[in-house]
Amino acid sequence: MDVILFLIFAIIAVVCGINVVVQTHPISSALSLIGVMGSLAVLYLLLGAEFIAMAQVIVYAGAIMVLFIFVIMLLNAGAEAKRGRSLVAQLLGMPLLVAFLALISYFIQRLYPSTTLVHFGAFKGGTAQSVGRALFTQYLLPFEVTSVLILIAILGAIVLARKELE
Amino acid sequence: MNGVPLTWYLILSAVLFSLGIAGFLFRKNVITVFMSIELMLNAVNLTFVAFSYQLKQVNGHLFAFFVMVVAAAEAAVGLAIILTVFKNRSTLNIDEVNSMKN
Amino acid sequence: MQLWLIPALPLAGFLINGIFGRRFSKAIINAVAIGSVLIAFAWALKTVLALGEAPTFEHYFDWIVAGGFRVGCDFAVDRLTAVMLLVVTGVGSLIHIYSISYMEHDHGYYRFFAYLNLFMFFMLTLVLAANYLVLFVGWEGVGLCSYLLIGFWFHKTSATNAGNKAFIVNRIGDYGFSLAMLMIVVNFGSLDFRTVFGAASKPEGMLTPIAMLLLVGACGKSAQFPLYVWLPDAMEGPTPVSALIHAATMVTAGVYVVARSFPIYIHAPAALERVAVIGLFTAAFAATIGLAQNDIKKVFAYSTVSQLGYMFLGLGTGAFSSGIYHLMTHAFFKALLFLGAGSVIHALSGEQDMRNMGGLRKKIPVTFWTLMCAALAISGVPPLAGFFSKDAILLAAYHHAPWMYWVGTITAGMTAFYVFRAMFMTFFGEYRGHEHPHESPAVITVPLAILAVLSVIGGFIKIPVWLDKFFPAAEAPEEFSLVVISVAAGLIGIALAYVMYIAKPGLADSVSSGFGWLYRVVYNKYFVDEIYNAAVVKPLVAGSRVVLWRGVDAGLIDGMANGIGSRSQGFGSVLRLLQSGNIRSYATWVLFGSVILVVALGLVGAAR
Repeated sequence: MDVILFLIFAIIAVVCGINVVVQTHPISSALSLIGVMGSLAVLYLLLGAEFIAMAQVIVYAGAIMVLFIFVIMLLNAGAEAKRGRSLVAQLLGMPLLVAFLALISYFIQRLYPSTTLVHFGAFKGGTAQSVGRALFTQYLLPFEVTSVLILIAILGAIVLARKELE
Repeated sequence: MNGVPLTWYLILSAVLFSLGIAGFLFRKNVITVFMSIELMLNAVNLTFVAFSYQLKQVNGHLFAFFVMVVAAAEAAVGLAIILTVFKNRSTLNIDEVNSMKN
Repeated sequence: MQLWLIPALPLAGFLINGIFGRRFSKAIINAVAIGSVLIAFAWALKTVLALGEAPTFEHYFDWIVAGGFRVGCDFAVDRLTAVMLLVVTGVGSLIHIYSISYMEHDHGYYRFFAYLNLFMFFMLTLVLAANYLVLFVGWEGVGLCSYLLIGFWFHKTSATNAGNKAFIVNRIGDYGFSLAMLMIVVNFGSLDFRTVFGAASKPEGMLTPIAMLLLVGACGKSAQFPLYVWLPDAMEGPTPVSALIHAATMVTAGVYVVARSFPIYIHAPAALERVAVIGLFTAAFAATIGLAQNDIKKVFAYSTVSQLGYMFLGLGTGAFSSGIYHLMTHAFFKALLFLGAGSVIHALSGEQDMRNMGGLRKKIPVTFWTLMCAALAISGVPPLAGFFSKDAILLAAYHHAPWMYWVGTITAGMTAFYVFRAMFMTFFGEYRGHEHPHESPAVITVPLAILAVLSVIGGFIKIPVWLDKFFPAAEAPEEFSLVVISVAAGLIGIALAYVMYIAKPGLADSVSSGFGWLYRVVYNKYFVDEIYNAAVVKPLVAGSRVVLWRGVDAGLIDGMANGIGSRSQGFGSVLRLLQSGNIRSYATWVLFGSVILVVALGLVGAAR
């Protein structure tokens, strides 16, 4: 059962991911990205990460991607034009990419034996309660700092995007 | 089989990461490039949560949480920058933002 | 005892006159310069009178502390130092007073006195030093002052060349001295006199090289063969300089060093033999050159070289106290000779060629009589000072090796001859020049008179007896016949000079033309300078220009420096291409870096 669920949603994620890269119009890419996030949320649930799954859907898919779509529509971005090129990216990019993927996979295979098996429900430590407890005790400082970070981001975004004062 | 081997999650994460890189290298529209970056961040989140499962600790979840927060902030500011660049240069083509050339 | 005051006073004089002298009046410059030396003389006298059996030793501060090797800034006074101190400060003061009038019209008046004071400082440091390194400081310093003072009239190219020559030839000697110091450190572990001389008998095989190297240094400073060539050229400097530095004090530094190091030399008889041989050879050699010179100062210069040879002969035959005794008497009469020559030159407004002099006996009588005392002293006529000291040396030479005595006696005859030749050519006969000779003022004649008195009675200051407590006594019993022979040699020389220059004036010229070829060689100083120039100087200069300057400096070193610059530029221009301004290529390079990082991490992990 777990395997089938995993395979289905993994394939959806990969297909949507490819779609993100391949599509010409940004809106299509954005919608594919939402698909990726959704399937990833299911995979999180399989791994017992309830809180993270919820956060993924609410924050990522619900807020960030909506922001993206707003901006795309604001800028009226059309299909991609064919001008401009980067020789380096074209020549070196593909081989490096393949090499990267191959290396990572190789190392994963060699270094991590497939003894750990993932059941749904085997990990009970991903509840909101445990995440909250860790967040407010062990990770209190990063928590406070990220709140400042968000404040700065808000200020930055407002300053950058407003109209010039007359 | 009783469950999914953990390495499958890791490989999936690697594949998604590589797709993100591919989008970053080969696409010209700056918003698409941004979205590839978000894809990469998601892949990394998956890895964190997977390892958190293996080690039976909640720390990985916390990391993923922080990654999300930072990604949100980054997306906000980055899109604001894209808006500004668009206002100044009227193009969304990443190759044309090259006044640092030579 | 505050020994440091003795050199410090002239140093203060140098600083004051050197820095402020330009604005001072002559009176203040005189007061500072001469006052400092006179007070130093008084203090030295006080120190010597208070000297007990053991030497006075003062340690001021640790100069070098390196592991087990220590060198302190130490001064010491013993009997040898006492003699040197009194000679240096005493004769020095007289010459300072003399210079007031001699340098009266010179533009660099304050500079002259500043340099003189600096010289006194270094010479006193040399004499008071209690270890080889402090001595070397003084040694080098007097070489520097010699350069400064020889080239005092730096507008004259010949003067600056002479200064360079003096310094460079001295340097060769200094090289030997430095090597000797290094060997002393290696073998004795210290440069301190007490330590080294206390253990002088121990390292047997190494003593001879050390002694020979010290001798090289002494030859450079004291103008012995083959490093004597700078002294005649040094006559380019003002006459007080010639008197002070090149007669009484600096050139005696070499003699002092050999005498001071006598424990080493006693245990290295081969080296001591060389000292004697070199001294004797130089004495005879220089005397022959002095026979034919026409410049009055050059005659006396070669005479100095010759007399220094006598001192070395004395030291080399084991009669150390006689060598120092001759040093003292020589200081008296040689300084007098030079100062008197200066008085003559001053009277004739700059004429130095004896062929243009003559008959000055009646015109400058004081100068004449004082110079006559000096001439009699140097010829060894009893009972003047030179007789006692020269005789002591010749006696010791006889007991060492009789042939040395005979050569020395013949040289004494030659000495008397050329000195009296100079006297007769200058003061007797008819005046051959065009100037109006006038007697010098009192400031000049008084020091001349004092030195004349010292030359006459100086022999009765029984220095050898006093010094015999310091040096190992030389067994040289008095032999009356030898004394008679050496005095006779001197008198024969005087008589011969009289015959050739007064009785039969044309005889000199016919002799010189009769021996035409030999005369020319001797007159041209055996062409030694020319030989040195061709054999040593020209190859060195050519080699430096071609090999070292063009090859190494311009080619290699500049090439490397410029090469680094151009290499960096080339490298930079390649790296510049990375900065293309294109974001995607930047991203590709980031990916490249991360691939490498993954590989590295994997290897590290796999290694574990």
